[in-house]
Amino acid sequence: MSTEEIRAALAEIVNEVAGIPAENVQLDKSFADDLDVDSLSMVEVVVEAEEKFGVTIPDDEVKNLKTVGDAVAYIERNAS
Amino acid sequence: MSRIRVVVTGLGTTNPLGGDVASTWDGLLAGRSGIRQLGEITEGLPVTIGGPAAVDPTEVLERVVARRLDRSSQLALVAALEAWADSGLAAVKEAGDLDGERLGVAFASGIGGVHTLLSNHEVLLEKGPRRVSPIAVPMLMANAPAATISLKLGARGPVNTPVSACASGNEAIALAADQIRLGRVDVAVAGGTEAAIHPLPIAAFANMMALSKNPGDPTTVSRPFDTGRDGFVLGEGAGALVLESLEHAQARGARIYAEVLGAGITADAHDIAQPDPEGRGGARAIRAAVRDADVAAADIAHVNAHATSTPQGDVAESLMLHAVLGSAADDLVVSATKSMTGHLLGGAGALEGVATVLALHHRTAPPTINLDDKDERVELDVATSPRQLPSGDIAALNNSFGFGGANVAVVFGSAG
Repeated sequence: MSTEEIRAALAEIVNEVAGIPAENVQLDKSFADDLDVDSLSMVEVVVEAEEKFGVTIPDDEVKNLKTVGDAVAYIERNAS
Repeated sequence: MSRIRVVVTGLGTTNPLGGDVASTWDGLLAGRSGIRQLGEITEGLPVTIGGPAAVDPTEVLERVVARRLDRSSQLALVAALEAWADSGLAAVKEAGDLDGERLGVAFASGIGGVHTLLSNHEVLLEKGPRRVSPIAVPMLMANAPAATISLKLGARGPVNTPVSACASGNEAIALAADQIRLGRVDVAVAGGTEAAIHPLPIAAFANMMALSKNPGDPTTVSRPFDTGRDGFVLGEGAGALVLESLEHAQARGARIYAEVLGAGITADAHDIAQPDPEGRGGARAIRAAVRDADVAAADIAHVNAHATSTPQGDVAESLMLHAVLGSAADDLVVSATKSMTGHLLGGAGALEGVATVLALHHRTAPPTINLDDKDERVELDVATSPRQLPSGDIAALNNSFGFGGANVAVVFGSAG
């Protein structure tokens, strides 16, 4: 998957979980500060992303995923 | 010091008859049944009928709001928001004239978020613990409906969840009225909700012989006081009442539907599930409510009976009314609205509280359907068509009884 494909698929998950319009979910956006994704919603996003992209995102890693770009990069590095 | 008087200034509901108060009242007066076949979810179950909410709450609430709430909280929120809008208090609060600390919530559930609990259990078994929702706990906890309403309305006073099985909704009304009487809040949103139409609760209630297994036309199965009754029909939904101190309501020129005159809460200490066959605990609750309300037996013109359509309970309720009210029990008009709505468990007392208040407001007792052959042990004037209630100051009683031996009676008075 390309970076843009991963971003778009992640944006769909964020839209489903938190109701944020998918077009707002861009690489430079912070989940907490820009998209209003709270910590429990973030766990939901992570679990959905694990299933969608076939990756494992440990709880310790989640706190490092501050922006959409952080998450997309993590998925790119770890997707099988 | 004179007692703080409590009045009803807003009503809301969503239930098997309708998604709001107007459609519900129309349905009740028309004697319409909200009971139907439930379809594939009941495959293999001994009972296949129930009263699902007429309007799916996910069609009313925003998707992102609904997905974070158990169905019981969705129904509660829909009913509470209607009652809140009806009261006119939204504008008062926005203008800063109602402090959140003076606003409380008492909203009941009999079982809690059973859909969330069971669907997450399925996920746990099928996909493993990692897939269990991180918001399962705040969705399924018993106080989720009350907390959801508190969050939405900014209620920062006492936010309570009375749990007394099928008496829960009525207990919430009693508790909310007490919070106002004690001066803790000026306004409280009271009510109850339940969403238990799911194979597990249906199987469990059926196995304890509580549900009707009548295979006939679903609309005829809930038949309180009739000789053909053989158990209740499970319904889902919520009822909500905005209660307010009379002083607060008058100061803002609010429309007053009725007054909460008094309440009585007792326990049978007889059996965890069977009612006392002579209805002694229920009679004590009704007596306590009438005394608290300081009304004469003859002032009570109407009763919304608990009357779930079970063989024992319906007869016991007749005994209770006679034990407390004496010959006055012959003159009051009784309605068993579960004949149309089914039994909403923790939502029942609240929906029936709404119906009782509407009966006083419109001076009309709704009918009881399916009463073709009244059990001769039921010595009550049960309305089978809409019946006009007397003019002047009258009172009405809302009875609710629940597993665990819980008994709650609330007396409402007509508005001046």
